[in-house]
Amino acid sequence: MVTINHYLILSAILFAISIMGIFLNRKNIIIVLMSIELMLLAVNFNFVTFSSYLNNLGGQIFVFFTLTVAAAEAAIGLAILILLFRNLRSINVQDMNKLHG
Amino acid sequence: MTDLVFFYIFAAVLIISGIRVVTAKNPVHSVLFLILAFITSSCLWMMLHAEFLSIILILVYVGAVMVLFLFVVMMLDVDVETMRKGFWKNLPLAIILAVVVVVEMVMVVSHKPQLTAQQPIPATIPNSNLLGAELYVNYSYPVELASIILLLGFVVAVALTLRNTGKSSAKYQNIPAQVKVKSSDRFKMVKIPPSTDSKVGE
Repeated sequence: MVTINHYLILSAILFAISIMGIFLNRKNIIIVLMSIELMLLAVNFNFVTFSSYLNNLGGQIFVFFTLTVAAAEAAIGLAILILLFRNLRSINVQDMNKLHG
Repeated sequence: MTDLVFFYIFAAVLIISGIRVVTAKNPVHSVLFLILAFITSSCLWMMLHAEFLSIILILVYVGAVMVLFLFVVMMLDVDVETMRKGFWKNLPLAIILAVVVVVEMVMVVSHKPQLTAQQPIPATIPNSNLLGAELYVNYSYPVELASIILLLGFVVAVALTLRNTGKSSAKYQNIPAQVKVKSSDRFKMVKIPPSTDSKVGE
């Protein structure tokens, strides 16, 4: 029988993996963006788990809005990434301060 | 019992693909493993009786966002080796941090045993019908706000990446020219001699 703890621990592990990814690939902004997506997935996992086990639809509704914000965030982040690469020929996070002005 | 077997299979695939996302050398492999992670978690959401959201996860995330990621990763010519500088140096700290986070969260989660007793109840009404009723009756105003957020993302992405050259391109502000402009450049006093024969009344 799968209990709620199984799902919550799985989502905690996923969240920790994405934190690890941000630490390991601090220079590569693509991997940082992907780690953020993974982190949002772990959070959505918690929402869906609680919504299913407590028999309350509010969590699943909230996942909709999280998905919306995540999609907008991915689009804008990738646009900034393209802008950075076009101007500097690199996607190093350390070069990002040259983009101002 | 079969539930547990399926859960462990999907959880193992999810964790391994998550680890590969953050450790893969090639960013394209990272994106492909991220797609695998999303599909696996969609299977797990299906096990949680959240059918509509698991389909949405595949359609929206794998179908749109991840394909966008894949396009961008393939379009950029990234020097992988300089990007991975500091990877092995940061690895011990990252692992320690991840273990601390997992241990803390597991301690929090396993503290309250009464949450574990409840089992998901299979709904007789389809999940999407319930969600639609809830979404458009009680949450109609937040849905409008979410659509504005999507519109904002769309406009910002276009505005950021549109090139500034060519005749049909975007119109940008030229701030020095705007500051330098004087009123005499735009406003001209014209002397008009008053006409002697008035024909207004005709």
